[in-house]
Amino acid sequence: MSRVLLSIFRKEMTHILRDLQSLFMVLTMPLLMLFLYGYAITLDMRRIDMAVVDQSRTLESRELIERLSSTSFFRLASASVQDVDVLFQARQARCVLIIPRDYAASLASGREARVHLLIDASDPNAANFINAYVSRVVASENGPSLFSVDPRILYNPDMRSANFFVPGIIALILILISTLLTSIAIAREKETGTMEQILVSPIRPAQMILGKVLPYILIGFVDGLLILVAGSLWFRVPIRGSLALVMAMMLIYVITGISLGILVSTIADTQAVAMLATVTLTVLPSMLMSGFIFPVASMPRLFQWLSAVVPATYFLQIIRGIILKGNTLANLYPQAAVLLGMDLLLILASMRSFRRRLE
Amino acid sequence: MDREPVVEVRDLTRRFGDFLAVDQVSFRVPRGEIFGFLGANGAGKTTTMRMLCGLLLPSSGSGTVAGFDIVRENERIKTRIGYMSQRFSLYEELTVRENLQFYGGVYGLAGRQIAARSAVLLDSVGLERQADTRAGSLPLGWKQRLALSSALLHDPPIIFLDEPTSGVDPASRRSFWLLIYQLADRGKTVFVTTHYMDEAEYCHRVGIMKLGRLVEVENPQALKQRHRAASMQEVFLQIVRGEDA
Repeated sequence: MSRVLLSIFRKEMTHILRDLQSLFMVLTMPLLMLFLYGYAITLDMRRIDMAVVDQSRTLESRELIERLSSTSFFRLASASVQDVDVLFQARQARCVLIIPRDYAASLASGREARVHLLIDASDPNAANFINAYVSRVVASENGPSLFSVDPRILYNPDMRSANFFVPGIIALILILISTLLTSIAIAREKETGTMEQILVSPIRPAQMILGKVLPYILIGFVDGLLILVAGSLWFRVPIRGSLALVMAMMLIYVITGISLGILVSTIADTQAVAMLATVTLTVLPSMLMSGFIFPVASMPRLFQWLSAVVPATYFLQIIRGIILKGNTLANLYPQAAVLLGMDLLLILASMRSFRRRLE
Repeated sequence: MDREPVVEVRDLTRRFGDFLAVDQVSFRVPRGEIFGFLGANGAGKTTTMRMLCGLLLPSSGSGTVAGFDIVRENERIKTRIGYMSQRFSLYEELTVRENLQFYGGVYGLAGRQIAARSAVLLDSVGLERQADTRAGSLPLGWKQRLALSSALLHDPPIIFLDEPTSGVDPASRRSFWLLIYQLADRGKTVFVTTHYMDEAEYCHRVGIMKLGRLVEVENPQALKQRHRAASMQEVFLQIVRGEDA
């Protein structure tokens, strides 16, 4: 058994190392994707166009404006009340702040000083964000009020979306790459005809599957490390928890992808079909149904069920847990157990589905 | 025929959908024989061979290879046969030596055994100087000799060759047949398909297939006499054009 396995392993390794072009692609493509997604996917808002109608024209009102414009969050322009509709329609402002005539007087007399904020809520998320942000700035101007909620933002105090997304992007890229790695491994042998020679030999399905899987786990793991390190350093996402734990979990997750890929490969007859199936099986579910952007809890029931079979769902909890919250194994063993179970199931399924005959 | 048969099939049949590729074929091949399987393209030669090697399941009928049932015991058959496919099916990116190392390992041979056997085989097929050349860059005739070496690495008693010489020049074909003779001299049974009729003359016995049916099983000499033909080529043309099938 071990001799057969070893020779399959060695043959695969030779193939991988000899095909430098593919190896280069396999190692650089994940990094490329990391930067692409890392910059494209962000909910951080900056340079929001805000029109200010200053009817107060006092020192106090100018102070408020100064405060708002000192952040990179808003890009201010002054306007008059009549322009408001035009500004919204022409998308020249996402929000309009109206500082009333009695603003300074109210502040001086200790009454509540009101300002009006008009927000274009055609993007409701952005509207919420703007609302919350402006409220905070204005509230600090108003001094202590009757009662106040004093929120403490934990784990990601700056609320940088990079901290949220970079671990997610790692999860997404890793499942895609590791599945792709093996999805063509057996399909290629069917296509080039070498499978025929394998099938007349006494190789058992278990040997074939394991011999194919093991070398690619190595490659997938290297890919994982690359994007973990690059993602953490480049996008400045500090890893709070144990690096060793992230790596161990990444190994389990890479094996999930590798096993899924090999299962696809036993079924698909050509490399093109295998690759298409892989992209469909990994990218869409991992992006939409794993909690990568949208929380699973707010999805329709059907999607929640589907999310339970998407490996990224579990790895997202794991990697965000470790990187952002410093989770330990004690917090994460259920997710890790599910992934391990998937690994085992997929490997066994591949062994079963590996056909010992042509046709 | 007093020698024990190493290949024996009865009413072997294979359908692909509505197409009857092999239709109730029965024959026996004794040990040490070079058995040639002739027929036009699509006559069912390859399909029959694939059923014997365990690559395809028969739709009906039965058979044994090396004493093992081709349906139930095909895994045990695999260690006792060498197979060379019509299409070059070794790894083009690997060198000659690496291909042999891989297949040696697959058949459970130890590294030293593989090295010793490879040296002997490469020497006998004349590839010793190409050991570190990538298989993909070898000319077709040499690729086929490499494929033969790989099929012989685990020293199987039965060798299946599916059109081993198709597409190679006459000189290479001749030297390939000398190798086949050497194998038969050492007691190996060689089951070979071909559509070159001159090669049919080299076989101890030939089976001729036509539209999925085995229409003749005989030695070339007797066939030529019966058909009053000077060569196997004539015999074959008579049978293929004939109305008797």
